[in-house]
Amino acid sequence: MTTMTTTARDPKEALLGLWAEWEKRHGEAARPSVRRLKKAAIARFAELGLPGPRNEDWRFTQLGPLLKTPFQLAPAVAPRLTKADLVRLVPATPDAALFVCVNGRWEPGLSVPKALPTGVTVTSLADAQSRHGDLIDQHLGRYARFEQHPFVALGTALFSDGLFIHVPAGIEVPTPLHLLFVTEPGSAPVLAVPRVLILVEAGSRVTLGQTYASPEEGAATWTLGVTEIAVGAEAQVEHVKLQREALSAFHLDALQVHLQGGSRFRTQTINEGGSLVRNDLGAHFEGEKAECTLNGLTFAAGQQHVVNHTTIDHAEPHCASHEMYKHVLGDQARAVFNGRIYVRQRGQRTDAKQQNQTLLLSDDATIMTKPQLEIFADDVKCTHGATVGQLEEAALFYCLARGLGPDQARQLLTYAFANEIIQQVPIASLRAALEARLLPSG
Amino acid sequence: MLTITNLHARVEDKEILKGLSLQVAAGEVHAIMGPNGSGKSTLAGVLAGREAFEVTAGSVDYRGHDLLELDPEERAREGIFLAFQYPVEIPGISNSYFLRAAVNAIRKHRGEPELDAVQFLKLAKEKMKRLHMDEKLLQRAVNEGFSGGEKKRNEIFQMAVLDPKLAILDETDSGLDIDALQIVAEGVNALRGPDRGIIVITHYQRLLNFIVPDFVHVLHQGRIVKSGGKELALELEAKGYGWIETAQREPAGV
Repeated sequence: MTTMTTTARDPKEALLGLWAEWEKRHGEAARPSVRRLKKAAIARFAELGLPGPRNEDWRFTQLGPLLKTPFQLAPAVAPRLTKADLVRLVPATPDAALFVCVNGRWEPGLSVPKALPTGVTVTSLADAQSRHGDLIDQHLGRYARFEQHPFVALGTALFSDGLFIHVPAGIEVPTPLHLLFVTEPGSAPVLAVPRVLILVEAGSRVTLGQTYASPEEGAATWTLGVTEIAVGAEAQVEHVKLQREALSAFHLDALQVHLQGGSRFRTQTINEGGSLVRNDLGAHFEGEKAECTLNGLTFAAGQQHVVNHTTIDHAEPHCASHEMYKHVLGDQARAVFNGRIYVRQRGQRTDAKQQNQTLLLSDDATIMTKPQLEIFADDVKCTHGATVGQLEEAALFYCLARGLGPDQARQLLTYAFANEIIQQVPIASLRAALEARLLPSG
Repeated sequence: MLTITNLHARVEDKEILKGLSLQVAAGEVHAIMGPNGSGKSTLAGVLAGREAFEVTAGSVDYRGHDLLELDPEERAREGIFLAFQYPVEIPGISNSYFLRAAVNAIRKHRGEPELDAVQFLKLAKEKMKRLHMDEKLLQRAVNEGFSGGEKKRNEIFQMAVLDPKLAILDETDSGLDIDALQIVAEGVNALRGPDRGIIVITHYQRLLNFIVPDFVHVLHQGRIVKSGGKELALELEAKGYGWIETAQREPAGV
């Protein structure tokens, strides 16, 4: 029925080819535990293959354009980007220490470190492999499991560098840590694989930002990120992820968080850019009385396609999870929210709340929302809800009746919708930058 | 200032205003009273330009403009202010941001320089003081979590800051206790002046003890069926609206 032409390129084989290239170049030099991890990951990727149309987790993620693009791993060369370019690309965060990776590699020359409490480590993942080998052996790959996730497997196999953060027990880090990942386009499509491992030990507190950006120029880029965060007992982590890559960019990212007893993790996932964006965000309770908040805010227009998958694993009793995902969709934007809450038999007295609200600014924009509650404990409180709507006529009229123009009124009410999430962005400068973009001259 | 002639308007398929005529001159305060469903809020909505109300006949002249040709925001910029019966909550937008945006939209239209945050704050605080309003309300989200009285006071506060030529108060007295009512009335009275027209729409006479109107009109089934001085309000209070309805049914007996 169909004949393969000789020029046809099999996407899976092409990606396996990238691994072969990586292994040839860097395999020997890698730390043994890391090399083992990578080999296991690529083997699993080869088994899983790329998700097909019958894979429920990927059915609504349109990977076609991504898989058709012949990506090459970003070469290990000095970036063309300067500090001045960064200023144009991302909001300045003078209240935070800045650590920059370009194409998945740490660039100390672009970073702006600040004095941090003694014992706190922020360094490249490459450096950590030699200087913090024990922690790498113990933690890397332990949280972001790739057995069921082809792109976490691929990301684990293909990374070369990234960032490593270690906050030993009992330390409050007063300065937010802002991690910036820039994927720099070249003349051919480029794949960047930033990897991040963050260990926050018992009783510590830290605020983290992860921003992803790419300039609007050159050929397509693909950022394939994997971040693992281990939150120790009674520790508190505030987190924001801001994705504002170019409108031609592909962005597949997984963040997996493990929470020990009594700990708290709160994150705001904010999507502004990208052509295809998928965020897989997982939280796993490893101890009792822990709490996580996973919030999201997506702005999409044009042909943008943004997918958020969250998974909360209530493996332990007395834990609470809160989710509020908001979407503002215009033009032909397509968004997907899939919120899975898994309450195991041990997870008694779970309190899980999930909310999804969508504001449609055009008749052609679509949202696919799917709560997925799997509950095996009997004493739990799980609620979910979703609303989809347009700007309220009464509110628009109220603005017009005060003299605001229709565009200004819509902008104001859109901001009002998004504001609940923006106010929870834990880095003040980032919060202010988002406010200023959405609501000029405040 | 405002001349409404034979105004007909409907909401969806229901005709609500059926030939309403009214003239308001600068410096005058007109009260429009009427039972529920007589068309009071429709009149307010039509004057402010709400899309849901469709004008099917008649004309409205406002200071030489064909009012019905103007978009709602143009009417506001030309000096029409509607104090809403149900002010809308806008979470996440501070009262001060909202109102400064409104002031500046109007000032821009008039060719006046926009107010910066400091100038605006000075103006706002001065007006708040007169309305016995807590300055903290400026930083709170527009009407969010406000009590009924706070919302109505906030409308009058907005009116004071925006300095309209024609103010329309749509049942501003509903849901107010007597103290709040007095404060609101003081705020309105402070705005009375030779250059301004005020239309007070109300179901009850109570508000008119504090805002004494020059003229009182009774709206019934979409038309003004009776007009008079302030004493008409007292008569209505004493006799109820049933009296008007009876009079309407038996015109020969008047």
